[in-house]
Amino acid sequence: MVLAIVLVLIAVGSVIFHFWSPWWFTPIASNWGSMDDAINITFAITGVAYVAIILFMAYCIYKYRYREDRRADYEPENSKLEWWLTWVTAAGVVGLLTPGLIAWNEFVTVPEDATEFEVVGSQWEWKYRLPGKDGKLGTSSIKLISDDNPFGLNPKDPNSKDDILIEGEDLHLPLNKPIKMLLRSVDVLHDFYVPQFRAKMDLVPGMVTFFWLTTTRTGTFDILCAELCGVGHHAMRGQVVVDDTAAFQKWLGGQKSFATLYPKGAAGTQQAAESDAEIKTVLTANNQNNEEGK
Amino acid sequence: MSNGMLEETQVVPLAEIEEVDLYHAHHWITKYVFSQDAKIIAIQYSATAILIGLVGLVLSWLMRLQLGFPEVFDFIDAESYYQYVTMHGMIMVIYLLTALFLGGFGNYLIPLMVGARDMVFPYMNMLSYWVYLIAVLVLTASFFVPGGASGAGWTLYPPQAISEGTPGIDGGIILMLVSLVLFIIGFTMGGLNYVVTVLQARARGMTLMRMPLTVWGIFVATILALLAFPALFVAGVMMLLDRVLGTSFFMPEMIVQGEMTSHENGSPLLFQHLFWFFGHPEVYIVALPAFGVVSDIISTHARKNIFGYRMMVWAIVAIGGLSFIVWAHHMYVSGMNPYFGFFFATTTLIIAVPTALKMYNWVLTLWKGNIHLTIPMLFCVAFILTFLNGGITGLFLGNVIVDIPLSDTMFVVAHFHMVMGIAPVLVIFAAIYHWFPKMSGRMLHEGWGQFHFWITFLGSYLIYFPMHYLGFIGVPRRYFEIGETSFIPPSAATLNEFITVVVLIVGFAQVVFIANIIISIFKGKPAGDNPWNATSLEWQTATTPPGHGNFGDELPVVYRWAYAYSVPGVEADFVPQNMPPDEVKRTDTATGAVADDPPELHQ
Ligand code: HEM
Ligand SMILES: [Cu+2]
Ligand SMILES: [Cu+2]
Repeated sequence: MVLAIVLVLIAVGSVIFHFWSPWWFTPIASNWGSMDDAINITFAITGVAYVAIILFMAYCIYKYRYREDRRADYEPENSKLEWWLTWVTAAGVVGLLTPGLIAWNEFVTVPEDATEFEVVGSQWEWKYRLPGKDGKLGTSSIKLISDDNPFGLNPKDPNSKDDILIEGEDLHLPLNKPIKMLLRSVDVLHDFYVPQFRAKMDLVPGMVTFFWLTTTRTGTFDILCAELCGVGHHAMRGQVVVDDTAAFQKWLGGQKSFATLYPKGAAGTQQAAESDAEIKTVLTANNQNNEEGK
Repeated sequence: MSNGMLEETQVVPLAEIEEVDLYHAHHWITKYVFSQDAKIIAIQYSATAILIGLVGLVLSWLMRLQLGFPEVFDFIDAESYYQYVTMHGMIMVIYLLTALFLGGFGNYLIPLMVGARDMVFPYMNMLSYWVYLIAVLVLTASFFVPGGASGAGWTLYPPQAISEGTPGIDGGIILMLVSLVLFIIGFTMGGLNYVVTVLQARARGMTLMRMPLTVWGIFVATILALLAFPALFVAGVMMLLDRVLGTSFFMPEMIVQGEMTSHENGSPLLFQHLFWFFGHPEVYIVALPAFGVVSDIISTHARKNIFGYRMMVWAIVAIGGLSFIVWAHHMYVSGMNPYFGFFFATTTLIIAVPTALKMYNWVLTLWKGNIHLTIPMLFCVAFILTFLNGGITGLFLGNVIVDIPLSDTMFVVAHFHMVMGIAPVLVIFAAIYHWFPKMSGRMLHEGWGQFHFWITFLGSYLIYFPMHYLGFIGVPRRYFEIGETSFIPPSAATLNEFITVVVLIVGFAQVVFIANIIISIFKGKPAGDNPWNATSLEWQTATTPPGHGNFGDELPVVYRWAYAYSVPGVEADFVPQNMPPDEVKRTDTATGAVADDPPELHQ
């Protein structure tokens, strides 16, 4: 009896908590509303099952509680019921998976006109790189990293000279523009996570990973690291500012390029030619990975 | 289902099982310490697992103190926090749950439930425990070496697991890996035993389709473990080589703390694939035995046959098989080729179907039963609820698009604790309350059991249900402290305090449980041979606790499945598996078949 009541209270209490507790999604700032929708669909379908099963269990526990003069029913199997339940469950699963995979297809299909932005993670800070006037990011390699070239850009690549480097400052993103975030780590795994953007992805040394998004509202948001990366993991923070086009252009105009910031590195003076071959392998490997993911 | 399958179940008498020559110990050392009796080994396994599990529990308190009351406890710094996280996770998953379900319950229950005198390779079985013990000691030692235990997270992802900036990269991680390798060696010795015993040493008449589901669950889980652990084994050895000999299996070129390392071209993702190829089946290595135990306990205490026995067996087998093709659902944000998401989301959601069927069948077993709300039954009901909850949140995380925002947040922590933290632990409690009378000859105290149950059940739900919502806000996991953010409301801190307080209450309530066990061993109410009026063979032994060799002079002969409860036409509401048909007292003289296997198994 007590148990049956407690089960009912848990079912009802969980629903009440769901709708009335103060804790829910942080308001979204990207085009990934489909993720929130998918969560809500999943809640609807599974929530009904959750409450129904608990209430049925509570009913059984109350109705069929032990009585000396009662004997349990004897019914080893009931194929009809079992198949019926199988199909209902399968239908529920299809109902969850279909919208999920449709949205996923969108997530893995980067729009042609997306601008590439690069995030570089290292223990325990974030750096960013934006393409210059040519609209292209130059190639890079960890092996090229030095004090004169903190991003490891390839000085022989004409695209790299005008790349804009942001160190120790906030990242700015333009409003309502599709952006492909290229993610690169120079040491261990990290994960670029902005709760308002919903999307997140690991940074993996030796690879360039990515995700894409379109920002949908202006504001300043926290960047967190969401993949354990050592003792400073929880302190690996940054901020991203979403600007309207005018403000973004203004900010961009104030930023400096690789060639301006690191003339020595951009001239490639200290980089010996012998490492060229090696650098190539890393660069191509990175690009392949990008292609694969497109 | 087709009739083809049914035919196999018709074969009643197996070839006569030969009497085995057991090793008879005479000295107390060979009887109780270096014992080859599966029941003693089971108790050794269980006791060791529970002791190290208590260490894991204390570590969880320390973490919760930090999360609930940041900056209050000076002795917890970021370094030690990450060490607690890592050791807690690893201890709970491998050294507590895997060891307890397979080494503990497997050893105690398999021979007894299939009607065997012992495991088929008793000597190897003994070795299995001692290697496990060494593995536990090596793991424990890592707390005390310079640099302390590893702080890489229980997933031990390279490169950070063996790179500067992570605690415990000197001795800690090496001992951790060595300990895992030892654990796997020890487990393999035991695991081969469990499988061969089930296949070869069943009593006469114990066909596979008459085995209790507990045996089915442990049997399939052991097969999974034998296939999955090798992936962890090679990953562990490769990482050891990377760390000790400077190879680069998992280590790409990187610049750590300003220095270029000597590694080149290794693949961090390769480790993740190997780890999760083991790691996902691991969830079911813990879950399948729990499924089996729950099925048997519910059936016994509801006095009703398990609903859809054959469906339950095939669901266990199907879940076991499918569990090998879903591993990358743990890697949706790992940077692997995003097209994998389509495949792994689909397989993952398919697994939900057989799992849901098991859930339905448990509840349908209660339906029209005659339910005794004993302590084991209470814990099983609690299991159904928490497993249902955790299974449902699995549908969130398995569906790749939903996982992206939730991955690496507190939602994940809440999910896996519901499904493989709380749920299996509730089953362990159920099992201990259920089988303790057989193991000791005495009952556990009912009132204390009630107290223990209510605090544990309600407490766990209060800890983990609200935690999911921290994940929706976006609170990340594995955070020593969240500090200042612009998106987490102050009320979240209050919730964290609340959770920590409940954790401490639940934690201390376990003292009652342990006291109950210790006191009941000596002072408990005598239980008799079969206090729950159960049908399966372990309750039909000549003595309680069963002696060496389990059954008396003669091995039992099995005539029916393990779920002959409340059979119509039979006087008693249960018929033991080994009761000859002509001894079954009938209320009418109509037909003789009713007390045997259900007609469905006999078409
Ligand atoms: C009531 C008892 C328990 C409490 C209070 C507890 C608490 C915690 C906490 C606070 C964390 C760290 C979460 C984070 O910030 O990432 C954690 C992690 C974890 N726990 Fe538990 N836990 C308990 C029982 C268990 C059990 C029985 C298991 C067995 C499966 C388990 C498995 C894990 C795992 C695998 C992790 C992840 C470790 C990692 O992130 O590397 N826990 N637990
Ligand atoms: Cu991090
Ligand atoms: Cu999994």
